[in-house]
Amino acid sequence: MLKMTHLSKVYRTEVVETYALRDFNIDVKEGEFVVVMGPSGSGKTTFLTIAGLLESFTGGEYLLDGVDVSNLGDNTRSKIRNEKIGFVFQSFNLIPDLNVHDNVEVPLRYRGMKSAERQQRIQDSLERVGLASRMKHYPAELSGGQQQRVAIARALAGSPRLLLADEPTGNLDTQMARGVMELLEEIHRGGATIVMVTHDPELAARAQRSVHIIDGQAVDITEEPRFHAPPHAAGAAADTGTA
Amino acid sequence: MFAYYLDLALRSLKRNPALTALMIVTIGFGVAASMTTWSVFRAVSGDPIPQKSAELFVPQIDNWGPSGHAPGSKSTQPPDAMDYTDAIALMRAHRAKYQSAMYQIADSVMPKHLNQSLTMVAGEAVSSEFFPMFDVPFEYGTGWSAADDANRAHVVVLSGKLNATLFGGRDSVGKVLTFGHRDYRMVGVTRDWNPQPVFYDVVNTGGFSEMAGGIFMPFTTAIAAHQGANGTTNCQQPPAESGFKGLLKSECVWISFMVQLDGAAAVRDYHQFLVNYAATQQQAGRFTWAPNVRLRGLMDWLDFQHVVPPDTKISLYVALGLLLVCLVNVMGLLLAKFMRRGGEIGVRRALGASRRQIYAQFLTEAGMVGLAGGVLGLGLTALGVAGIGLVMPRDIAALAHFNASLLFATLIVAIVATMLAGLYPTLRAAAVQPAWQLKSN
Repeated sequence: MLKMTHLSKVYRTEVVETYALRDFNIDVKEGEFVVVMGPSGSGKTTFLTIAGLLESFTGGEYLLDGVDVSNLGDNTRSKIRNEKIGFVFQSFNLIPDLNVHDNVEVPLRYRGMKSAERQQRIQDSLERVGLASRMKHYPAELSGGQQQRVAIARALAGSPRLLLADEPTGNLDTQMARGVMELLEEIHRGGATIVMVTHDPELAARAQRSVHIIDGQAVDITEEPRFHAPPHAAGAAADTGTA
Repeated sequence: MFAYYLDLALRSLKRNPALTALMIVTIGFGVAASMTTWSVFRAVSGDPIPQKSAELFVPQIDNWGPSGHAPGSKSTQPPDAMDYTDAIALMRAHRAKYQSAMYQIADSVMPKHLNQSLTMVAGEAVSSEFFPMFDVPFEYGTGWSAADDANRAHVVVLSGKLNATLFGGRDSVGKVLTFGHRDYRMVGVTRDWNPQPVFYDVVNTGGFSEMAGGIFMPFTTAIAAHQGANGTTNCQQPPAESGFKGLLKSECVWISFMVQLDGAAAVRDYHQFLVNYAATQQQAGRFTWAPNVRLRGLMDWLDFQHVVPPDTKISLYVALGLLLVCLVNVMGLLLAKFMRRGGEIGVRRALGASRRQIYAQFLTEAGMVGLAGGVLGLGLTALGVAGIGLVMPRDIAALAHFNASLLFATLIVAIVATMLAGLYPTLRAAAVQPAWQLKSN
């Protein structure tokens, strides 16, 4: 689903070159739930923004769903983001002037979807996160956990095959974080590929696989299948259930 | 998507009503100032006879020679008007499709009833070809004939406005009118024909005159009646004889002249005819200088005569400068407003909006500000046009009207100008790097 080979990202100024990612390699298979960990400034978010086609890279190769995305134009990258990728951010990034309904509608609008289908998808995705009754509320009227659920509903509404989450529980208390994590696990069980950046070892332990980034390189990759693995990996997951 | 962008723009504008109002008022005032002065400029600088101006020409013949030019001046321009000798010679030669010598006349019209007062009327002594040459429309009757010119017939054509004043707008053809001390038979009444500028006699009217064109009589009749010239008479030397006869024999210039020439060949031929005519005058000893003639197209002539008053142009430039200042301010306000929404732009980009879609969204918002500014500008322009007489001469101000074309133009100018002002802020908004915005959150 997501394969980066010898990928690098360099920020250049007149006097210095800074490598955010260097000879970075990762291969995330379809249906996997991968956690990306590492110290602050190690390049986790840079990896995630490049993976989400929000930023270009300097060298190497990146295949997304088998397509080389190195030389795609803005329109094509935007279309791929809209149709294949869902984002969940640490600070929710809901648009404050739009109510819950309209926030979830944003990616569907850019897809040019008909109104009836949009309404159906908004309804379904908000029901899935348990906030169908809050459609007319504005973000400021919701708790942090509820806002993150709206953000997840927004990501789900477009039925993305890849969900990129950047510390989605970073701004939540423990109970809310657990709720969001359970929601992500449920989405994963539905077949989505999830790549999540987190600092939280407890959350990381619940993912299928952990990737550590240190100084811009993926240096440690472990594979520990978890209980919530998708159906095709159910055999491996059955032995290793944890809460 | 446009409906979606409109909805987003409305929400955005409602979010900060004070800033929105400031932008709308800024545009409204800038556009109103520009459109008010433009309405005046348009009225005074427009083509007064667009269907024919390309075929109308003004001949000039230098009957004064080098000594007639201003001392030290390098100009070799012939006088603006003609003397009687040259005007009659050109009329007799009849080398153009239509031609007319013209001079302004003014006199009183005698009342028919004792309880009516004298009416001062200004008009023009012209040839019968004046009417077909300028496509003059008639409400009643027609112009007079070439035979009337030759016979110095006592006939006149009245403007519709004067006919309304004197005869209540009824068909007055065949009735007799006492103009000055003579009676004239009315043969026609024009229909709403009062071109501004008074292109056919700029020299004598100065370009704009509400009074001009009330009555028309044959040039030959006016000359025979010693009907004095009511316009400008310039003499290089005092006439040798006094009175009207002296004026006719003098080299004083006071007669306007226009011809209709169809096609480039006709223009070339007529110019050559003027050169030849001046050459014969030189040979005859009347001119002691080489032929110096001009043949200007109507629009060139109006430009050469500076028909558009300089203060009208200056007002327009000042107003356009004000509009520019307003737009620069609006651009700054839009830039600040759009860049504050970097987070929203980043999110929209992450969720699949292309740069083009972000551009369209914010340009729509700028367009809505322009539309609102235009609507306010409409009201202010209407007020401006109504009050333009307070700052400009009455004859000029009377030409400005708030009509459908000005309304449409005001709205278009407001929207286009605001969208132009919104281009840079919108470009900056569309260039927001979503990764940086999302990282910084």
